[in-house]
Amino acid sequence: MLKTLRQIRRTGIVSEPVPAPDDALRIRAALEGRILGILGRALAVRMVDAGSCNGCELEVNALTNPIYNIEGLGVHFVASPRHADLLLVSGPVTVAMREPLLRVYEATPDPKLVVAVGDCGCDGGIFGCGGPSLGAVANVIPVDVAVPGCPPNPNRLLAGILAALDPSAALDVGQESRGRAE
Amino acid sequence: MGLKDWLAVSVPFADDPAIRRLRVGAPEWRRLAEDVAASGGRLLALWGQDATAGHPAVFAAYQTAAGLWVGELRRDVPEAPDDSYPGLQDLYPFAGRLQRAIRDLHGLRSSDPDDRPWLRHPAAQAYEFVRVEGDGVHEIPVGPVHAGIIEPGHFRFSVVGEKVLRLEARLGYTHKGIERRFADFGALDGCRLAARVSGDSAVAFSWAYCIALEAQWRVAIPRRAQWLRALALELERIANHLGDLGALGNDAGFAFGLAQFSRLKERVLRATESTLGQRYPMDWVVPGGVAHELPGAAATALDRCLADVVAESGVLRGIYDEHAGVRDRFAGTGAIAPELAARLGLAGLAGRASGQAHDLRIDLRYPPYEELRPAICGALSGDVAARVAVRFDELQESCRLVRRILAGLPSGDSRVAILPPSSDGFGIGAVEGWRGPVLVALATAAGGRIRRCHPHDPSWQNWPALEHAVIDNIVPDFPLINKSFNLSYSGHDL
Repeated sequence: MLKTLRQIRRTGIVSEPVPAPDDALRIRAALEGRILGILGRALAVRMVDAGSCNGCELEVNALTNPIYNIEGLGVHFVASPRHADLLLVSGPVTVAMREPLLRVYEATPDPKLVVAVGDCGCDGGIFGCGGPSLGAVANVIPVDVAVPGCPPNPNRLLAGILAALDPSAALDVGQESRGRAE
Repeated sequence: MGLKDWLAVSVPFADDPAIRRLRVGAPEWRRLAEDVAASGGRLLALWGQDATAGHPAVFAAYQTAAGLWVGELRRDVPEAPDDSYPGLQDLYPFAGRLQRAIRDLHGLRSSDPDDRPWLRHPAAQAYEFVRVEGDGVHEIPVGPVHAGIIEPGHFRFSVVGEKVLRLEARLGYTHKGIERRFADFGALDGCRLAARVSGDSAVAFSWAYCIALEAQWRVAIPRRAQWLRALALELERIANHLGDLGALGNDAGFAFGLAQFSRLKERVLRATESTLGQRYPMDWVVPGGVAHELPGAAATALDRCLADVVAESGVLRGIYDEHAGVRDRFAGTGAIAPELAARLGLAGLAGRASGQAHDLRIDLRYPPYEELRPAICGALSGDVAARVAVRFDELQESCRLVRRILAGLPSGDSRVAILPPSSDGFGIGAVEGWRGPVLVALATAAGGRIRRCHPHDPSWQNWPALEHAVIDNIVPDFPLINKSFNLSYSGHDL
């Protein structure tokens, strides 16, 4: 026990400052300010891997380490879509995951946000779209923000999540989804 | 026949006497498998191809005392009356699912009885799980979407109270057609796709791919490039082991472990980014060598980072070892005894924790490991505690290897030009990734097109073993046992 406490003391606080929301990642201004007012900065996130190579999951996991400390921002990962405000979805969506992803989306209470993660979540990435790969997450469910990268690093993921959440950003950004990130 | 007789009828791949090819008929396909098993060899991979790759065939890669052998059974001349090839499931239990995958992907049927679809999920057909009958038995279906930040798959538990009688996995949810996708790439670009078969093993897959390519195109890569590839492979092992050690502490109810190890992992990832240009070195290993030279000051910073990791993980190991609650959850949980591990073909890290002393870096002595001489790490108890202990040992050993590489990096080029030859080729590459033996079989056509590529992840060997490991354990221990194997879904589902 003493060793544990000593290690905690020696480690100290290692969390880093938060990156600014990145509006370049926004592809759909779906939410009214009213909804964001309700969510504030206490956000429940459900991660769904819809067919990725597991690289994106490694970086999403890193968000919970003490350095990015996403829970310190009021964002926490939940075990059920029924508890979630936001879905974080990595792709490419496979044929076998289409139905489960749709069911997760339906099980998530309105209002809800969707952030597509990684090059494959944005447009199918290296796996493309064809055969058992349905490509982009936006091909299956509506997407608010897409975060490219292979895999996107935790700061980029955080910026993407904050872009989906930030009410001031929502006022600036205009129209409906263009389907995918540039 | 003994191994010697098989050796006499085999031919070397691309002049490498340690990798040999055997073209066989159906009866010999079976006899070869029997003789390799009898001599203590093991099956590394089993895959098929259809007419799109030239001719339909099934292949089996074995690790024998005489090196790596690849048996090939052509299926364009059907011999058996029912048109199935001899199954190998009784000799190598995990072959069953590979044979089902071959049937899904290429339509070639084995003689083994289980012919349920595996990677393909036909919409009109409900999957038939094996039912456990009896008083008080009920089923718990879990997945494909899981509660944590992990990949999708379905687990069907048959339980009495909280005790697991049987677990059956249903995988294939991340099947995205990787093998067929390879044909859309030139052989030089295919390396990038290989790195994304299982993102956590990017270096292992891209290196195995490059070995297969460079062997058939007869390209000798510089010694410095070999060392720089090993640098990345060991960093990948370090990062994954750190991540798992933290997650295992967390699953045992010790969140302190997750906080500490995920902090160390982040440090390693950042040092990796400063050195190799990417947190996860997806595109570090390239045909002909590595992507670029090391930046000037990076080596010193990386060395210092790893010195800290060695020291801090030593302290944390002491804390894990002395924590009564953690020990109680780890010891005896999810055990696979060495005899069962040998029977199941348990591979890689999990195999070494169950007394299976296999490590391709040591067994095949491929460069630069014949110079670096890694120590094999192992344990006998085969439980979660053993898989934790092997991770701790390998973490230390890999840190030592990386520091040794940084100190003794040979001079010279880190990459050579590589051009497609004017003839067809076929090559095999095998690398010991952090999870276990990764194998890539690659066939190229003149001009550098990919005819066929099969990447094999050791998760194929170990998923069926996980089902044995949980028998008689309680349901709440499943996440801990599962994490102690940490198998790839994507690498398996292709």
